[in-house]
Amino acid sequence: MVANQPEKEHPMPAFGLAARDPSGVLSPFNFSRRATGEKDVKFKVMYCGICHSDLHMIKNEWGTSTYPLVPGHEIVGEVTEVGRQVEKFKVGDRVGVGCMVGSCRSCDNCSNGVENYCPKMILTYAGTYHDGTITYGGYSDVMVCDEHFVVRVPDALPLDAAAPLLCAGITLYSPLRYYGLDKPGIHVGVVGLGGLGHVGVKFAKAMGAKVTVISTSPAKKQEAIERHGADSFLVSRDQEQMQAAMGTLDGIIDTVSAVHPIMPLIGLLKTHGKLVLVGAPEKPLELPVFPLLMGRKIVGGSCIGGMKETQEMLDFAAKHNITADIEVISADYVNTAMQRLEKGDVKYRFVIDVANTLQQA
Amino acid sequence: MAKSPETEHPQRAFGWAARDPSGVLSPFNFSRRENGDEDVTIKIHFCGICHSDLHSIKNEWGIARYPIVPGHEIVGIVTKSGTNVSKFKEGDRVGVGVMVGSCRSCDYCNQQLENYCPKMTFTYGSIDRDGTPTYGGYSDIIVVDQHFVVRFPDSMPFDAGAPLLCAGVTVYSPMKYYGMADEPAGKHLGVVGLGGLGHVAVKIGKAFGLKVTVISHSPGKEGEAVGRLGADGFLVSSDPLQIKAASGSMDYIIDTVSAVHALTPLLALLKTNGKLITLGLPDKPLELPIAPLVLGRKLVGGSDIGGMKETQEMLDFCAKHNITADVEVIPMDQVNVAMARLAKSDVRYRFVIDVANYLSK
Repeated sequence: MVANQPEKEHPMPAFGLAARDPSGVLSPFNFSRRATGEKDVKFKVMYCGICHSDLHMIKNEWGTSTYPLVPGHEIVGEVTEVGRQVEKFKVGDRVGVGCMVGSCRSCDNCSNGVENYCPKMILTYAGTYHDGTITYGGYSDVMVCDEHFVVRVPDALPLDAAAPLLCAGITLYSPLRYYGLDKPGIHVGVVGLGGLGHVGVKFAKAMGAKVTVISTSPAKKQEAIERHGADSFLVSRDQEQMQAAMGTLDGIIDTVSAVHPIMPLIGLLKTHGKLVLVGAPEKPLELPVFPLLMGRKIVGGSCIGGMKETQEMLDFAAKHNITADIEVISADYVNTAMQRLEKGDVKYRFVIDVANTLQQA
Repeated sequence: MAKSPETEHPQRAFGWAARDPSGVLSPFNFSRRENGDEDVTIKIHFCGICHSDLHSIKNEWGIARYPIVPGHEIVGIVTKSGTNVSKFKEGDRVGVGVMVGSCRSCDYCNQQLENYCPKMTFTYGSIDRDGTPTYGGYSDIIVVDQHFVVRFPDSMPFDAGAPLLCAGVTVYSPMKYYGMADEPAGKHLGVVGLGGLGHVAVKIGKAFGLKVTVISHSPGKEGEAVGRLGADGFLVSSDPLQIKAASGSMDYIIDTVSAVHALTPLLALLKTNGKLITLGLPDKPLELPIAPLVLGRKLVGGSDIGGMKETQEMLDFCAKHNITADVEVIPMDQVNVAMARLAKSDVRYRFVIDVANYLSK
């Protein structure tokens, strides 16, 4: 079998950071990008957010990783070239790419603007593109992407703090809309105050909701309320607090990906309440059926969002001044950042300053 | 000193009750309240045997208060109506389902969702407003507030219509709430379990205009499902090949199974945005795999009977579409034999007790 030759498989040289094995250590990596096709947009990567999924993938925690693996699916930059059939973008535009770079474009889901649920959806990294090559993500200097999967970053949003919206942002925005948790005056809970959770609080507040953060860490209370605008805070391990809050929430977005009990969360819901999971614990969770029936409640899931909705989310964020709270790092800090991320030691997303610090040796 | 069941109310009544968790039913003398201004007194003609009756008499949910007179699929004739009763008069054919009271002032009661009122009173096994226990329809008469009585359509036979008062509304309500009657053309419903609930769900689903597939662990039920009940297809749930072939083909699933069972194969049957509605009441939590919910934006929802307005609507809908339950009518003194057969699912598909004829002997 001929070994994969990343440097030679495409005509345009590229440079990035890749994990070579499940240790997850990232190191400089020379590879290549395809020539800008007729419908492609080529852009210089300015910043890329570090998503917790990147950490799962570099360590092959889901068993789907192929090495070498260049992570990164919160990618923003400036257009340097567009293909002849590209209509939406021109050179110099500020653009972004999220978790997907392709789909079948013909199934019901693709036709309904939810490419994220297409069975043939192609991930931005560690996926297999239409030409059979492995996709490489945004911890790299340049991206070439089909215009359908590129979004415009509104001028009002700073590029670095907007990058995490491309995954964390849409992951929270989409279910708030789909499950009807975007109506003014309703009471929404957000479980977990990390990269996803803190953005979720901001979106829910902007949609007019009263927001309660539910967390295992009492230390996060002050930030939740004073910095992110949450109306209240519940420590999930405190039985008394949880009991007092039973039956008060119209909906909950649960961002926690570790295995955890959902019965107490179902108890927090009012009748007709909705628990929506956006993290995917690797083992099944216990579902108590009585409370679901007695209160006509639901437990649902959601996974990122379609392209149209991703653009809508960015425009909404621009209008309401919503960005992620970030710590900008240089490319050579990335392994340290991953170690800190594993311990939850970040407020609340690392963003790699690719354009200024990602350099070939 | 507490009054005995025989003396606590002025009207004599007779029924069959379970005295302990053996669940054995035997003759029981008790009493009913005087017919109040808002009440109707009903001479009971038939009462359906619901699987919940079996769970209750054996204390499978741990909340039993003996003696228990079960029965919440009650049909009969009005013999007395109170001075404020305008909806019913003597001689009317009426029905009583799972509830006989609620607070009548909360948000749910005001929206005709009495079934979700936190103070809802069950037809049997609850404590009524006057502090006395409620006794159900395995008895000769019942006195009920007019609000919790429904008119039985003239065209609907008493015996075959009785089970609709629980089984019927229990499937009709979620089928409406979760959107199965909205634009049904081309939509596909799976019904898990072909018992009292399941067989009615097939009939109502077909009347809505849905394609219906029955999912059962008993291959022997296929002939009935397709030949007699009108289902479009049949899947054996324990056959992985059949499940795989039908993967991603259903918009909705109504799951009527009350034993603990696997949800993973059922979730796989759903399309993107699919909804699994669970109606059974297992005595332990179920295992809920989260990845299928997240990756397909699927949800698991519950539902609990239906409100009074909806119960009337359901009866009228069934009368219009000639929908009744498939029943086996039995005399009251065969009720223990029926319970033993019900425990083995040996009934097509609901036992109905012929109360009036038994008592006339």
